[in-house]
Amino acid sequence: MSTGILLQLAQTFLAILLAPLLMGWVNQCRAWLQGRNAPPITQPYRTLKKLFHKDAVIAHNASPLFRFAPYMIFACMALAAGIVPTIANDLPFSPAADVIALVGIFALARVFLALAAMDIGTSFGTLGARREMLVSFLAEPALLMVFFTASLISHSTELPVIVETLAHKEFVIYPSLAFAAVAFWMVSTAENARIPVDNPSTHLELTMIHEAMILEYSARHLALIEWAVALKLFTYSALGIALFLPWGIAARGDSAGAFSLAVGAILLKLMLGGAFLAFIEAISAKLRLFRAPEYLGTAFLLAVLGMLIHFLLEV
Amino acid sequence: MLFSNPVQWAWGVVLFWLALGFAALLLQDAQQLLSRLVFPLGALGALAIAGVGVAGMTGPVSTAVLPIGLPDLPFHLRLDALSAFFMVLLGGAAFGVSVYASGYFRSMAAGPLALLALWYHLFLAGMVTVLLADDAYAFMVAWEVMALSSYFLVTTDHKIPEIRRAGFLYLLIAHIGAVALLLTFGVLQGGHGDYTFDTMRVAEMTPLWASAAYLLALFGFGAKAGLVPMHVWLPEAHPAAPSPVSALMSGVMLKTAIYGLLRVTFDLLNVQIGWWGTLALALGLITALYGVIFAAVQSDMKRLLAWSSIENIGVIIAAFGLTLIFYTDGKGALAALTLTALLYHALNHAFFKGLLFVGTGSVLHATGARQMGQLGGLMRFMPWTAWLTLVGALAIAGLPPLNGFVSEWLLLQAFLLTPGLSQPYLNMVIPVAAATVALAAALAAYVMVKFYGVVFLGQPRHPALHDAHEAGWPERLGMLWLAAGCVLLGLFPAQVIGWLAPVVYLLTGQTLVNDGNWLILAPVSAERASYAPLIFFAVVAAVLLLTILWVRRIYHGRVRRSDPWDCGYPEQDARMQDSAEGFGQPIRQIFEVFMRVERETPDPFDRKPRYSGASLDKLWFVLYEPIARVTGWLSEQAGRLQHGRIQWYLIYSFATLIFLLVFTR
Repeated sequence: MSTGILLQLAQTFLAILLAPLLMGWVNQCRAWLQGRNAPPITQPYRTLKKLFHKDAVIAHNASPLFRFAPYMIFACMALAAGIVPTIANDLPFSPAADVIALVGIFALARVFLALAAMDIGTSFGTLGARREMLVSFLAEPALLMVFFTASLISHSTELPVIVETLAHKEFVIYPSLAFAAVAFWMVSTAENARIPVDNPSTHLELTMIHEAMILEYSARHLALIEWAVALKLFTYSALGIALFLPWGIAARGDSAGAFSLAVGAILLKLMLGGAFLAFIEAISAKLRLFRAPEYLGTAFLLAVLGMLIHFLLEV
Repeated sequence: MLFSNPVQWAWGVVLFWLALGFAALLLQDAQQLLSRLVFPLGALGALAIAGVGVAGMTGPVSTAVLPIGLPDLPFHLRLDALSAFFMVLLGGAAFGVSVYASGYFRSMAAGPLALLALWYHLFLAGMVTVLLADDAYAFMVAWEVMALSSYFLVTTDHKIPEIRRAGFLYLLIAHIGAVALLLTFGVLQGGHGDYTFDTMRVAEMTPLWASAAYLLALFGFGAKAGLVPMHVWLPEAHPAAPSPVSALMSGVMLKTAIYGLLRVTFDLLNVQIGWWGTLALALGLITALYGVIFAAVQSDMKRLLAWSSIENIGVIIAAFGLTLIFYTDGKGALAALTLTALLYHALNHAFFKGLLFVGTGSVLHATGARQMGQLGGLMRFMPWTAWLTLVGALAIAGLPPLNGFVSEWLLLQAFLLTPGLSQPYLNMVIPVAAATVALAAALAAYVMVKFYGVVFLGQPRHPALHDAHEAGWPERLGMLWLAAGCVLLGLFPAQVIGWLAPVVYLLTGQTLVNDGNWLILAPVSAERASYAPLIFFAVVAAVLLLTILWVRRIYHGRVRRSDPWDCGYPEQDARMQDSAEGFGQPIRQIFEVFMRVERETPDPFDRKPRYSGASLDKLWFVLYEPIARVTGWLSEQAGRLQHGRIQWYLIYSFATLIFLLVFTR
C-alpha cells in the first residue's frame, strides 16, 4: 500500500513537472514545421518562472472567486493527472474516480475558468466564457461517449481495468475503438484549445476562446493557469495513450525494469504524439467559430457511432 | 392508540400544519408574529415529517383509517418505505424553505401574508397526505388540496394580469391531469367499485387495461411533473409564485408526481410491460433535452430555473423508463441501480433547485429585478447569497464532488450495463439515450454558467444594484441548510444508497449492493466502476492548500489593483458584457428549429433604438393554440343554445324529459 501511495505521488509530481516540457516540445515542433527558429524546449518553464516573479495586477472589481479559480483549476488538473495511468497502472487514487468522474473533473475546472472569466465583466471575458461553454457542451458528451465505447469493451469504467483489458489481453482489432480514437482526437484538440477549434497563439479578438478567458489574469494566477493548461494537455495525451496505445505500461508490483521500460515508453509516445499534434496544427487552419459545432458534432456522432458499432458487431 | 405508529405521527403533523394555517388567519394584524413565528413553527413540522420519514424507511408498514370523509368512505392512510422516502425529501427541502420564508416574507403586508401562510401550510399538508393516501378517494382529495393551494400561492400577486394568466394555465393543466388520474383509478379498481389501494394491488388486469391505466397515469402525473408536451405551465407558474413557493413547487411538488407514477406502476399495477419503459424513456429524454435547451435561452432567472426543472424531471422520467425496461426484462439488479439513480436524483433536485429558487428570491428581494439583463456583479454586494447559490449551481451542473454528479453517475453506469438486454432494438436505442443524457448534462453546465455568471458576476448592469442588500439571517440559514444537503448528499453516496435500499427493495425486489466500503461507492462491483467523493474532495483540497502555501512561499505577495485590461480598450461599461440573451445566442442559433424567435430590431433612423429578442416555445403555437381555438369554437357552438330566456330553457327540459321517457321505456 505504501509503495502504491509513493508510486502514486511520484507519478503525479512527475506529471506536474513534465507537463510544461511537453508543451515546449509541441511548440518547438510547430516552430520547426512553420520554418521558424524554435524556442528552446524549456521555454514554458522560463515563462512560468517569469510570471511567478511579476506583480499581480487585479481589476478593481474582482471578486474572491477570481483569485480562487486558478488554484482550483490547478488542483483539478493535478487530480486528473494523478488518476490517469501514465507510468504505472492501478494506483491507489484510481478508485476515487472512474472515467465519468474524470470528465467531471475537467468540467469542474472548466466551469471555474468560465466563471472567473465572467467575473470582471469585460466584453472579452464573457465572450470567451460563452464560447468555451459552447465548445464544451458538445465536446464533453463526445468525450463521455468515447469512454463509454472503451468501457463497454472492457466492461468497466475504471481506467486501470480498461487499460489492463486493452493492454494485456490478446490483440483484437475493435472497429468501435477506431471510431472512438478519431472522436477522441477531435475532442482533445477542442478541449485543449488547439487548432482547428481554437488557436493557442492567437490574441485576435474575433477568434480567441481560451485566451479571451484568461486576459485579465497576470503573474502567479496566470502562471497557475498556464501550468494547468500544460497539465491538461499532458493528461489528455496520457489518456489517449492509455486508451488507444496502452502497450508498455507497468502494473503495481512490477519489477524496476518494467518501470524503467514504462517510463521510456510513455516518453517516446508523448514525443511522437506531440510531434503529430504539431504536424496537424501546421497543416490545418482554424475553423470559423460557428463551424466549430459542426466539427464537434461530427466528433459526437463518431463517438456514438463507435458505441453503436460495438453493440452491433462486438457484443 | 392515538399517535402510536409513524403514520399517525405524520398525520399529526398534517393536523398541526392545518392548525397553523388557520391560526395564521387569526393573526391578520400581527405581521411580526406571522413571519417570525408561523413559518419557523411550520419548519419544525417539516423537520418532524422528515424524522417520521427516516423512521418509516426502515420500520414496518404502518396503516391507519381516519374517520373523516364521506359516509362509508373513510380516509385510508399507509406509510411504507416509498412514502417515507418522499416524506424525507419533502421534509428536508421544506425545512430549509420554511426557515428561509420566515425571513423572506418579513416585509410583506400582514393581510396577504396571513392568507399566504394559510395556503402555504395547506400546500404542505396536502403534499404529505398525497404521500400517505391509501385509497383513491383520499389521494384525489389531497391531490386537489395540493393543486388548489398551490394555485392560490402562485397567484399571490393577483393584481398583475400575467400572474393571473399563469395561474389559470397552471390550474387548467393541473385539472386535465387530475381528470386523467381519476380515470386511472377508475381503471385500476377493475370493476370492484372498491377504491382502496389494497384491492387495486390484488386486482387482476389484462395487459390492455393495465396499459390503459399506465398511459393515463403517465399523462396525469406527467402533466403535474412537466413532461413535454404538458410542460407549458411550469415556465409561467414558477416565475409568478413567490420564491419560497417556487422552491417548494419545483423541488417537492413535482416529486409527488414522480411518487404517484412509481406508486401506480410498481405497486398498484401487478403487470408491467416492456414498451411502457421505452415510451417513458423516450419522453423523458425529449423532456430533458427540450428543457435544457430552453433554459439556455431564457433571460428571466426564475423562468430559466423552471425550464431547468423540466430538464431534471426529464432525467428522472428517463431513469424511470430505464427502470421499467430492466425490470420487465428480468434484470432486477439493474432495475435496482436505475431506481436508486432516480430516487437519488429526485432527492438532489429537491435540495439544489430549492436552494437556487430561494437564492433568486434573495436577489429579487434585494434588487427588485427578475430579468437577468438588469442584474450582475451581485457577488460583491451579497456574498452569502452568492457563495451559497454557487454550491447549488455547481451541484445542478452535475459537477463532482457535489450531489448532482452522483445521481448522474449512477444513471450513466446503468446505461453502460445494458448489453445483454433481450430486445435487440433496445441495445440500439440505449447508446443514443446515453448520448442524450450526456448532452443534457453538459448543456446544464452551460445554463448554470450563464445563470450564475450573468446574475452574480461581472459588472452591475444597473446603478441601483450597488445598494443591493444582503439577505437576512433566516434566509441565510435556510440556504445554508439546503446547501449543506447538496454537499452531504454529494460526499456520502455510499451511505445514502444504503439508506435507499428499503425503497428499492420494495419496488424491484432487489437491492443495490455497494461493493466498496463506506468511502467508496461501487454499485455493481469494484472492478466495474467506483467513485469516492471524499477522497476526491480530500485530494483536491490538499492540492489546493499545498499550492496556495507553496505559492505564498515563493511569491513575493505584491498585488496591485487597477482597471480591467480587456485588450487595452479604455472605454468599458456594463453594457459591453454579455447579456443573458447574448450568452444564450449560440444555443439559440444551433437549436432554432425548436423555437419561435421573435426579434424587434431598430430602424437605422430611430432616435432611441431598441432591440429585443425572445425565444418562444414552438410547441405552444403548434399544439396549444390549435387546441385552444378548437375548444373556443366548440364552446361558441354550445353557447348558441344559451339565449338567457326562461322559455327556451323550459323547452329544453321538456324535450329532454320526453326523450328520456321514450328512450328508457
